[in-house]
Amino acid sequence: MSTSAHAAPVAAPHHGAHGDSGHGHAHHPGLAHHFDDLEQQKDSAVYGMWAFLVQEVMFFGGLFIAYIVYRNLYPDAFAHASNLLNVPLGATNTAILLASSLTMALAVRGGATGSKPTQLIMLVLTIVFGLAFLVVKYFEYAEKFEHHLVPGPTFMSDPAHVSPFFQAHPEEIPHAKIFFFLYFAMTGVHAAHMIVGAGLMAWIFLRAKKGEFVPEHHDALEMSGLYWHFVDIVWIFLFPMIYLLGYHFGGHH
Amino acid sequence: MNAPQSFWRRWVFSLDHKVIGLQFLVYSAFFLVAGGALALAIRWQLAWPWSKVPIVGEALYPATGGVMTPEGYTVLFTLHGTIMIFFVVVPLLLGAFGNFLLPLMIGARDMAFPRLNLASFWLMVPAGAIALASFFVASGGPASGWTAYPPLATIARAAPGSGLGQTLWLLSLFLAGVSSTIGAINYAATVIQLRAPGMTWTRLPLTVWSLFFSSIIQLVALPVLTAGAVLQLADRMVGTGFYTPANLVVNQFSPEGAGHAAGGLPLLWQHLFWFYSHPAVYVMVLPAMGMVSDVLAVHGRKPVFGYKPMVLSMGVIVVLGMFVWGHHMFVSGLDPAAGTAFMLSTILIALPSSVKVFNWLATLWGSRPRYDTAFLNAVGFVALFVIGGLSGLWLASTPVDVPLHDTALVVGHFHFVVFGGSMFAVFAALHHWFPKMTGRRLDERLGKLHFVGTFVLTACVFLLMHQLGMAGQPRRVADPYVYPGLAHLKPLNVFITKSALLLAAWQVFLVVNVVKTLLARPAGEKNPWDATTLEWETPSPPPHGNFDLDPVVLRGPYEYGGSGERDHVRQVEPA
Repeated sequence: MSTSAHAAPVAAPHHGAHGDSGHGHAHHPGLAHHFDDLEQQKDSAVYGMWAFLVQEVMFFGGLFIAYIVYRNLYPDAFAHASNLLNVPLGATNTAILLASSLTMALAVRGGATGSKPTQLIMLVLTIVFGLAFLVVKYFEYAEKFEHHLVPGPTFMSDPAHVSPFFQAHPEEIPHAKIFFFLYFAMTGVHAAHMIVGAGLMAWIFLRAKKGEFVPEHHDALEMSGLYWHFVDIVWIFLFPMIYLLGYHFGGHH
Repeated sequence: MNAPQSFWRRWVFSLDHKVIGLQFLVYSAFFLVAGGALALAIRWQLAWPWSKVPIVGEALYPATGGVMTPEGYTVLFTLHGTIMIFFVVVPLLLGAFGNFLLPLMIGARDMAFPRLNLASFWLMVPAGAIALASFFVASGGPASGWTAYPPLATIARAAPGSGLGQTLWLLSLFLAGVSSTIGAINYAATVIQLRAPGMTWTRLPLTVWSLFFSSIIQLVALPVLTAGAVLQLADRMVGTGFYTPANLVVNQFSPEGAGHAAGGLPLLWQHLFWFYSHPAVYVMVLPAMGMVSDVLAVHGRKPVFGYKPMVLSMGVIVVLGMFVWGHHMFVSGLDPAAGTAFMLSTILIALPSSVKVFNWLATLWGSRPRYDTAFLNAVGFVALFVIGGLSGLWLASTPVDVPLHDTALVVGHFHFVVFGGSMFAVFAALHHWFPKMTGRRLDERLGKLHFVGTFVLTACVFLLMHQLGMAGQPRRVADPYVYPGLAHLKPLNVFITKSALLLAAWQVFLVVNVVKTLLARPAGEKNPWDATTLEWETPSPPPHGNFDLDPVVLRGPYEYGGSGERDHVRQVEPA
C-alpha cells in the first residue's frame, strides 16, 4: 500500500488542517496512500490508539466493578484473603513495572531524537523488565498452588497457610474463593496483556534495528509505548486494591 | 494504486472500505434470512403449537418427526435474537452502510486503518459460523435467551443447551465484540482525522455524525460486556461462581455440592450485560436516524430542519443512554429507589428523541418531495419509530412495566423500533445509495410494491403483539395455551403468524428487484438524486481511492430548495 498514483493529480490542497506540510515529504516510504502527509497519519494513529485504550479502560473497569461489588458484599473475607498474598513479590513487580515505564519512555525519546542505539538499548531493557515481571508472577502463582490457595476442591485445605480468621469462620471460605478467583482473573488478564506487550516490543525492536524509526516517523514505536504505559497503569490500580487491601489489618505473614 | 489486483486481494481480503462494506452487506443479508427463518419457526409454534414444522421441521427435530420440542423453542428465540442483533442489524448499519458511506461522505480516500477494517470483517465470519454451529450441538443449542441470564447460562447442568451450546454462544459473542470494537476505533479516528479540507464538524452529513456517535457507544460500553462475559466463561469452565448464588439447586444439581464456588450475584451479570446491551439499541437506531435524515432532505428537496439540535440530540442520547440500563431490571430485584432513578433517566431520553421526530416532521413540512421508494421508506421509519418509541416510554415507568414485563408487549415494542425503525431505514438507505454502490437504480415500481406490503404487514405483525401482551401472553413460552386464560388469544396469534409468513414472502419483491437491477447494464449516473453531499461527487461505483480529485468543501450538507435554476447547491460548489 505504498504511495505513488495518488500524489499526482491533486488539484485541491491536501486534506486536513495540515496544509502544504505534506508536499515536502509526500513520498516518504512509511506514508500510506490514503493519508496526505505523515502528520495526518501519525495523528490518526494517536486517535486510534487512544480509542483502543478507552475501551481497554472500560474492559478493566468491568472487572473492577465486579471486584468492588464483591468486596462490599464480603469485606472481612476479602481483607483476610488479601493478607494471604505475597506483598513483597507484588511490590517488587510494581518497582519492575515502573522501571520498565521509564525505559519505554526513553525508547520513545530515542525515536524522537533519532538515536538508534538509545532505541535498541531501551527496548531491550523494557523487554527484560517485562519478562522479569512475568517470572516473578510465575513464582507467585506457583506459591499459591503449593499453598492450596487456588480455588478448587482442595482450596484452603492446608492449615499452615490458612489464617486464623478462616479457621474460626469456615463459612467465609467460599467468599475467599471469590477473592482468589478475582485475583487470578484480574492479574491473569493483566499478565496476558504483558505477554502481548513483550511480543509487541520484540517486533518493534526488530523494526528499530532496521533503522525504521526516525524523528519524523516513529508512530509504531510511540503507539507501542502508549500501550505499555497503559498496562503499567492497570497494575498501579491492581496492586493496592488486591495486595494492600488487608494490610492494615495486621497479621501479615 | 490502479494496478491490477488478484481476485483474492480485490474481493475477498480487500482493504478497500467499499468492498468491505459490500462484504458486510452480503454477510448480514445471509444472516437476515437465517434469523428470519428462526422467527417464522417461532411464530409457527405460537400459532399451531406442537404441529409439524413445515420444510425444516424434519431436519431440526428428527426425534419427534418434525414437531418442535420445548427445549428447541428456547434455542430458537435465543439464536433469533442473537443473530438479528449481532449478525444482522449492527453489521448492516455500521459494517455495511457505515463502511461504505463514511469515507465517501467526508471526502476521504479510505478508512484510517484499512487493515483493521479487513480484520473487523474477517472476525465476523468465524463469529457467525460459531453462532450457527451452536445450533447443532448434540447436547442442545444455547437456550438462555440472547440475554444469557445466569444461572441458566452459567450452570452447565441447568438445561440441555447450557452445556457446550452456551460456551459456543459466548465465544461467538466475544469475537463479534472484538470486531465491533476494531470497527469503532476505525470510524472514530477516520471522522476525526480524514475529513476533507473545509469539512468542518458543522458541515458533516448527519449520517456521519450518527456513525461517529455509535462508535463512541461501542468503545465505551461494549468492553464492559466483554468483562462480564469473561467472568461468565470462568463460571462455566472453572466453576467460579461469580453469578451463582449460595444454596442454589438447579435441575436437582447443587453447584456447591459439586465443589463449585457460590455466594455470587446473578444481578451482577444483568448489570454488566445491560450496561452494554441497552446502549446497543442506540447503536442499532442512531445510524438509522442519521441515514433517514439524509434521505428525507435529498428526496424532500429541503434542508434538514434544525441541524444543530439534530446533532446535539444524538449526543444527548449517547450520554443519557449510558444511564438507563436498569429499566431492564425493574422486576429482577433491583432496589426500588434505583428503579425510580432509572425510570426518570429513561423517560428523559424521550426528550432528545422527540427533538429528532419533530425536526423530521418540520423537515417534511412544506417540502416538495419526490415520492420515490427511498423517501417512502424514510417516512415509514419515522411513523414506525414514533409508535415504537411511545410504547417504550410507556414501559419505562415502573408501575406499568411490572405487570407488562416479559410479555409479548415488550416483544412488540422492541420489534417496532428495530424492524419498523432500523430495517425501514435500511430499505431507504438501500434504495438511496444503491446507485452509488453499483451504478444502477433499483426499480421504482417493485420498490414501492415492496414498501407498501412491508409497511402494512409490519403493523399487522408487531402492532398486534401489543394486544397480546396487554392480554397477558408471556414471551419465551413455547405454548401459552397451557394457561386457560390465554386460550382465546389463539386466533390473534394465528393472524399474526399468517401476516409474518406473508411479510417474509413479500421480501421476494426486494430480492427480485436487487437481482434484476444487478443484471441490468450499469447507467453509472454520478448523482442520480441531485444530492449535495460528497459521495455524489465521484463516479458510481467509486474507484479505488474514491475521488479523482480530492474534494474541497465550501458549504453545509443540506442546501436544497433554492429559487434559482437548480434547487440545490453541492457541498463543493463555490458561491
